[in-house]
Amino acid sequence: MATELGPTPVKAPASGGTPLHRAPNGVGEDNRIASQGRWASWLLAPTIIALAIVIVYPIVSAVVMSFQKDAGLDPVTGLFTAGGPAGVQNYVNWLAQQCSAPGGGTLACPPGTLGSQFWSATATTFFFSVVTVAFETVLGFWMAIIMARTFKGRSAVRAAVLVPWAIPTAVTAKLWLFIFAFEGIANKMFNTTILWTGSEWPAKWAVIIADVWKTTPFMALLILAGLQMIPAEVYEAAKVDGATAWQRFRMITLPLVKPALMVAILFRTLDALRMFDLPYILTGGANNTTTLSILVINQIRQGFNAAAALSTITFIIIFLVAFIFVRFLGANVVEQQTGAAKEKK
Amino acid sequence: MSTATALRAQQDRGRKLSQNREKWAQGRTYISAAVILIWCLAPAYWMVVTAFRDVGFTYDTSLLPTHITLDNFNTAFDTSFGNRFGQALLNSVFIGLVVTLVSLILGVFAAYALARLNFRFKFLVLGFILGASMFPGVALITPLFQLFTNIHWIGTYQALIIPNISFVLPLTVYTMTSFFREMPWELEESARVDGCTQGQAFRKVIMPLAAPAIFTTAILAFISSWNEFLIASQLSSDATQPVTVAIASFAGAQPNQIPYTAIMAAGTIVTIPLVVLVLVFQRKIVAGLTAGAVK
Repeated sequence: MATELGPTPVKAPASGGTPLHRAPNGVGEDNRIASQGRWASWLLAPTIIALAIVIVYPIVSAVVMSFQKDAGLDPVTGLFTAGGPAGVQNYVNWLAQQCSAPGGGTLACPPGTLGSQFWSATATTFFFSVVTVAFETVLGFWMAIIMARTFKGRSAVRAAVLVPWAIPTAVTAKLWLFIFAFEGIANKMFNTTILWTGSEWPAKWAVIIADVWKTTPFMALLILAGLQMIPAEVYEAAKVDGATAWQRFRMITLPLVKPALMVAILFRTLDALRMFDLPYILTGGANNTTTLSILVINQIRQGFNAAAALSTITFIIIFLVAFIFVRFLGANVVEQQTGAAKEKK
Repeated sequence: MSTATALRAQQDRGRKLSQNREKWAQGRTYISAAVILIWCLAPAYWMVVTAFRDVGFTYDTSLLPTHITLDNFNTAFDTSFGNRFGQALLNSVFIGLVVTLVSLILGVFAAYALARLNFRFKFLVLGFILGASMFPGVALITPLFQLFTNIHWIGTYQALIIPNISFVLPLTVYTMTSFFREMPWELEESARVDGCTQGQAFRKVIMPLAAPAIFTTAILAFISSWNEFLIASQLSSDATQPVTVAIASFAGAQPNQIPYTAIMAAGTIVTIPLVVLVLVFQRKIVAGLTAGAVK
């Protein structure tokens, strides 16, 4: 292919190479874009196909499954029924917390069954998300501000914040389970006798503390990266003009770091909404720490199709939250990704 | 004369005051830094100390290690309680390497296209890939569980590797995309002018330049796959389970007692290689972590 040198070839080389040395105008420019498009589709195809197989196929099939009845023993006749189309029954069952009753029809799910837990799991999931992300944002911002200063040992601090992030969540959960054990260090240090995983609020706080410990570093690093893009001269000028530290923070830092901050908050919120391993291992979902993800996993053992409906609802909830962030709160992730490319044009 | 000395004295006082203020500010920074260090490292330290502590002293609270023993590491690898930690370590390494390799190969091509080429639907493709990275794992698990049950894949390596790629691949694509944007592409163009085809220029000029970025992305991908739990907890068998699942279900000699010291030993083994990797490549890791989101 490298033989096509010399005078500009009339047709594009078979390899699809872009003739950059050709005059960038008129037909040449059109060809260039077309051939870049060809290249791009070859380069992107494997990724798109791989993601389509592992993501798009499961979504579609989950939606299809969610409109099917679960096969099982009919409570009235005691005979095995094969399932069949269910319409929106699975969704209604979750949202209205109805379970199939003996003799056909439905009744309110008895407390303790999975069917009765949808709204409490939703509330728990949102509670965890809001509280952990709030703590992580405030703490992460504070850590980022400290790490942005110059002092001896700064790189040690920057390295240390990566340690909680690098520890697998499953290990983190076991570690905090040990810390929160009845005879564990947490109770001894604070001279308390709390059964941390034994009742509702301590269990919730155990999950929150462990999650905040693990993921604040990530938040701090994203905010730090945002802080470092603010030029120092802006602060100097504000200082000369007599702005106080609080004014500088509110009028310069906050607005300039906002894009990075919003993306960090979006990432963390979506992560928190699908929280699974930490509460699953730390509390097993007991004492009202069952998140939507845990509920889906528990439901899978009892019926695929009902679980598919629940996971679809979870997906829609997470999608809606992401949509609200991007649409109304200015977390424009894709824009930031393409923004750099636009600047160079 | 006396006015000049007074002025000088006043200036001195002023300087001292601002110096003091600066010292105080610096002091506060150090205190804050110490708090951050303790907050981040203390729980991890507690894990390591406990890993070396004799079982009989599991709940000892002395901050320095006492009753040091290596028994817990032996217990962690002991298979007589039904734990298969050694096997799980090998599984995690194998799954992690395959997922990383596949995601890197696919991801580098995609990232090159996204960073360097102009084409229609670029916005759409980026949106799709970013959306994929934020996708909830539970939305995949139900259909995959059923599918893999039907084709008898539950408990196979491919059942763990393929879904894992869906989490790691978007990560590699957007990390590499931001790295690619910052590379000196003039070199590629001059190679083209000197007669390289686009493919040659990519192989001979761009790939060597991109090697450090690819390496960083590989570490991030490997860590992400190493930490995966949700899919593995549902689709693996005893023989194929990775370390995260093995640690979560660790059993001890007594049925109702959690073998904390052995778990902490296992946790230490699982964590130390990652922490060492992260600390050695700290700068690059931070660049990679923040590349996708902020730049």
